[in-house]
Amino acid sequence: MPKANVTFEDIGVTVTVPAGTRLIEISEKVGAGITYGCREGECATCMMKIVSGMENMSERSVLEDKVLQENMASRKHRLACQAQVLGGEVVVRPG
Amino acid sequence: MSEAPVSIAPDVFWIGALDPQLRVFDVILRTANGTTYNAYCVRGETGVAVIDTVKAEYADTFFERLEQVARYDEITVIVLNHLEPDHTGALPELMRRAPRARLYISVKAQTMLKGLLKSEDLAYTPVDTGDTVNLGGRTLTFLNTPFLHWPDTQCTYLNEEALLFSGDVFGCHFCDGRLFNDRVGDFRFSFEYYYQHIMRPFREHVRAGLDLIEPLRLDLIAPAHGPILRDAPRSYVQRYRQLAAPLLHNEASDRAKTLVIFYISSYGNTARMAQAVRDGAEEIDGVRASLYDLQGGEVTPFVDLIEEADGIVFGSPTINGDAVKPIWDLLSSLAVVSVKDKLGAAFGSYGWTGEAVSMLEDRLRGLKLRVPVTGVRVKLIPTEEELDQCRLFGRQLGKHLTGRNARRVIDMSELFKEPHHAQG
Repeated sequence: MPKANVTFEDIGVTVTVPAGTRLIEISEKVGAGITYGCREGECATCMMKIVSGMENMSERSVLEDKVLQENMASRKHRLACQAQVLGGEVVVRPG
Repeated sequence: MSEAPVSIAPDVFWIGALDPQLRVFDVILRTANGTTYNAYCVRGETGVAVIDTVKAEYADTFFERLEQVARYDEITVIVLNHLEPDHTGALPELMRRAPRARLYISVKAQTMLKGLLKSEDLAYTPVDTGDTVNLGGRTLTFLNTPFLHWPDTQCTYLNEEALLFSGDVFGCHFCDGRLFNDRVGDFRFSFEYYYQHIMRPFREHVRAGLDLIEPLRLDLIAPAHGPILRDAPRSYVQRYRQLAAPLLHNEASDRAKTLVIFYISSYGNTARMAQAVRDGAEEIDGVRASLYDLQGGEVTPFVDLIEEADGIVFGSPTINGDAVKPIWDLLSSLAVVSVKDKLGAAFGSYGWTGEAVSMLEDRLRGLKLRVPVTGVRVKLIPTEEELDQCRLFGRQLGKHLTGRNARRVIDMSELFKEPHHAQG
């Protein structure tokens, strides 16, 4: 199975994950500072910054894109409950 | 009480409603003498603004007062400082009666407005700090004050009168038809109580909001609930600044990170683990660890402690498959303070099943704490080796608190193992 490496910059932990993993599946377990509200792509509580590796993330869905726009997110921001890691190296941090 | 509007400044009127019978507000807040839903009308030379509305049941009263100071076709501006239903209950009908009016809301309020009116096809202007709207000879300036107490909240300043329409900020649940702070009964308790229950969880945002408000000239503060503050309005701003400060001076160095460890113990096993966790954490420079037996205190002061702490640890035995009630009582009392992003952890001794630790960890995550170190569980009496595990756990927590945790690479499967079970 293809793998990817996600680094949570705020706690200095890199997790090797199967391609297709959503950040929400691991960020809490590893103790990173990304926090969640609704957990279904509506409230934007889990907005996080992709420090590097955006090209290794899934495309924004229509729902995620709408919520990010409504919250004036920059192009570097994603919702941790929606975005999937597709491969390679990705570095994220809360905010 | 007649349904007359009340002049609060030249061509500025209170057009709100009194609700003296209300006893419980929003489930969480009690009031011994009701509340008011304050709405206001500002007349300019070329336009009229309505600032907020009232709870739906009081719409008739609101419209009756409004009609005495403005015609619907004169209304050009509706400002919503905060979209909670107690202030927007009359909005749909007001929009229907005043079709010329344009809505002015904060940027964050947009999604809430769509949810409230159940329509995507709405004409409104999102505004931010410094944006203005002109009524002809009178200017409304907006101040974005998020999380006071909803993400959408803003204040609106009438420049020419140095009048701040402050929304829920500086408000309280206190109903007295005499309206002005120098005429109503003693509402100081209500003012403080409102702050403690509504604003306290957002104290960092309170400070940011005060940074915007304090430089303003303030002749009058007109909040969305309770008395209008015309006598010494700035004293209420100063009181907010005091309330938003830490409760006590921290005797430890400014750089010290505080870790509070709460435990409860049936046979002394979890207590011994707690001591070892504390000892371990104290080994890390820059950590001030404190130990509290939950049986020796009450919830309220412990909530105060948690508000000031950088990290919180809970030690609980497992009884009938659950953590014990005093811990859940404390964890269910944290809605009045901010715990987001604090470090959280759990540990405990158990006899048979030992679910308490992982249940507490899940709850801490639910409260938006970080839980980076898997908790230690010990079956019954901890051995010296198991107490070493507790000390290691404490050191790991201390390192996380002080940002000295080692960088590491792990496989995702390691995250889904059972909580660490110290072996003797």
